[in-house]
Amino acid sequence: MTVRVLVAKVGLDGHDRGAKVVARLLRDAGMEVIYAGLRQTPAMIAAIALQEDVDVVGLSMHNAAHRTLAPKVVLALRDAGLDTAVIVGGIVPDVDIPYLLEAGVRSVLGPGSSAEALVQAVRDAAERVQDDLDAPR
Amino acid sequence: MGRAHQSRDGGAKPHMRFAYNWRPKYYHPVSALEDWRAAFQRSPKRDTDFETMSGVPVEPVYGPADGEFPGQFPYTRGLHASMYRSRLWTMRQFAGFGTASDTNARFKELLRSGSSGLSTAFDMPTLLGCDSDNELAEGEVGRAGVAIDTLADMEELFADIDLGVVSTSMTINSPAPIVLAMYIAVADKTGIARSMLSGTIQNDILKEYQAQKEYIFPPRSSMRLVSDVVRFCSAEMPRWHPVSISGYHIREAGSTAAQELAFTLGNGFAYVEAALAAGLAIDEFAPRLSFFFNAHIDFFEEIAKYRAARRIWAHWMRDRYGARDQRSMMMRFHTQTAGVSLTAQQPEVNVARVAIEALAGVLGGTQSLHTDSFDEALALPTEKAARIALRTQQMIAHETGVAHVADPLGGSWFVEALTDEMERRALALLGHVDQLGNGSMLEGTIEAIEAGWFQAEIAEASYQFQRKLNGGRWVLVGANGFTEGNDEEDPPTLYIDESVEERQRKGLAAIKQTRNADAVRQALARIATDAADPTINLMPAFINAVACYSTLGEIVSTLEEQFGRWTEPSGY
Repeated sequence: MTVRVLVAKVGLDGHDRGAKVVARLLRDAGMEVIYAGLRQTPAMIAAIALQEDVDVVGLSMHNAAHRTLAPKVVLALRDAGLDTAVIVGGIVPDVDIPYLLEAGVRSVLGPGSSAEALVQAVRDAAERVQDDLDAPR
Repeated sequence: MGRAHQSRDGGAKPHMRFAYNWRPKYYHPVSALEDWRAAFQRSPKRDTDFETMSGVPVEPVYGPADGEFPGQFPYTRGLHASMYRSRLWTMRQFAGFGTASDTNARFKELLRSGSSGLSTAFDMPTLLGCDSDNELAEGEVGRAGVAIDTLADMEELFADIDLGVVSTSMTINSPAPIVLAMYIAVADKTGIARSMLSGTIQNDILKEYQAQKEYIFPPRSSMRLVSDVVRFCSAEMPRWHPVSISGYHIREAGSTAAQELAFTLGNGFAYVEAALAAGLAIDEFAPRLSFFFNAHIDFFEEIAKYRAARRIWAHWMRDRYGARDQRSMMMRFHTQTAGVSLTAQQPEVNVARVAIEALAGVLGGTQSLHTDSFDEALALPTEKAARIALRTQQMIAHETGVAHVADPLGGSWFVEALTDEMERRALALLGHVDQLGNGSMLEGTIEAIEAGWFQAEIAEASYQFQRKLNGGRWVLVGANGFTEGNDEEDPPTLYIDESVEERQRKGLAAIKQTRNADAVRQALARIATDAADPTINLMPAFINAVACYSTLGEIVSTLEEQFGRWTEPSGY
């Protein structure tokens, strides 16, 4: 199965270097990448995720607003009836990681994460979503 | 020299030729060296021993008598004959977080520990002209810089700091004219003459579209705002730098050194053309233009970049734009070490990276310098990390002896060759933009922005570098090599608690309650009227509006109704 990923910047932050590089690396790894670009709101992200039927949402955050905005994206996805996994990349202090995981973020990739770690994290997240869907209800 | 004077009809006029060749008696241009010596002798000197640690006397500059000297066109070797022997670079540390009173305390601490100028970082909502009570600002108030909504915040930010004495840099672009208006209003209220204000407002909108992406309005309307600030400052604020043309963010966004050089200078030429089109004469404003470059980790390439930048600027200003005042040809610049070069792994190693980058800035002849704090890949700097960063500059200035000699690497075969190569590569890129604009750098730059050309060039370069990192062709200590020690616990980082947002919103609500609502309505109406007429300078209307506590967001929304909003061409 081809993994479909939505890469987006949420909030006002304009640092898009990381998001663009991540989008290309994931594409190189054979994934289908939807690049939403800058200044997305949680509701906009959920709408695109629904429409594009993505497996994973990757949020790039360098604005120290991850504690507020990442959980909101998770909530917006759930409100839209999606269990899409959310991965946060960027500048996130270690002390904030448990908080984000608690809030439903699947994993956090800090600065300097390798391309392999990135691709693996996205694959793992996509698989788990798939497993959950396949599980008998 | 030596060219016969030609009259307008082409015939030589003998009596005029005599006058043309006349030189004052004291002017004996024997050699570049003699010229330099005269200029050097006129310059003040710092009170220190210009010798090596072992007592060997050191000359102020080295080179052949017929070579180029610092302070001489095209300024490859530096802007001043005596460089740091007269005055060290300005140590200007960028700071800003939380509310205005939090940052005010950090400013005072920086001034106490020997900083010679202030530099303000604004939070993301402020940079985008968004008030703290706007829904979009949620989670970002006071996080990446200080939150400014109204004049009240600005008054608090500079409380007990004498604006007539300190020089202030403000890193803001899209809403720059409004924030500058607030600074002016603070000075007006505290009785400091506008002509006394010294500092810099970044006000460089072009690189926002290209790299940093904090744009609001479409490029052409934004260029009008830039020109309004330039015109206003030339008339009323002679000590103020109205634009700081910034390559820093272009580099941080992933460009190469040559792209940083070319795009930055290209933007500079675009501002020059915009100011000329607004009716200013070149030597009226060009001496107040200043630049801002990155100091990345490739030591010699960075030094070559600064040297090439001065040379290209000088040539174009004289030959293409007809500048006559030497100061118009002199490219002054601020330097900041590369935030993007810092690692979150083993962050203490960043102290060494910053020292090497800062040294490149100094050897490249920078006028002012910000050194990054080692913990910036983790969070905003703690007070301790910020102090170590400042101490690094002081160590370079006072312990290493590098400030004794101007352009100490001039004449190095490697550095000279690399300088020429940087120049060649930058000229090729500048040529492309010039061609796009049919001979107008302004048009070429705007067209390239609208087509997404700069953005694509930068994204491609950053992707190529990432591939080098991933393939191990570039070793980044701690990230993809020498990783033992990576699992150690991070040093303590600055933590901005959520109460900042709450406090800021309460403050804003209180201002909105107590201000004169009629005055605000009228002031905003005047902005709408003035914005509709491109011949009117908007600065007076902005000063008027901020003085009665109109919010930044209200002013930006008023402008947006006239100018519209920019969305960039998509792609990655």
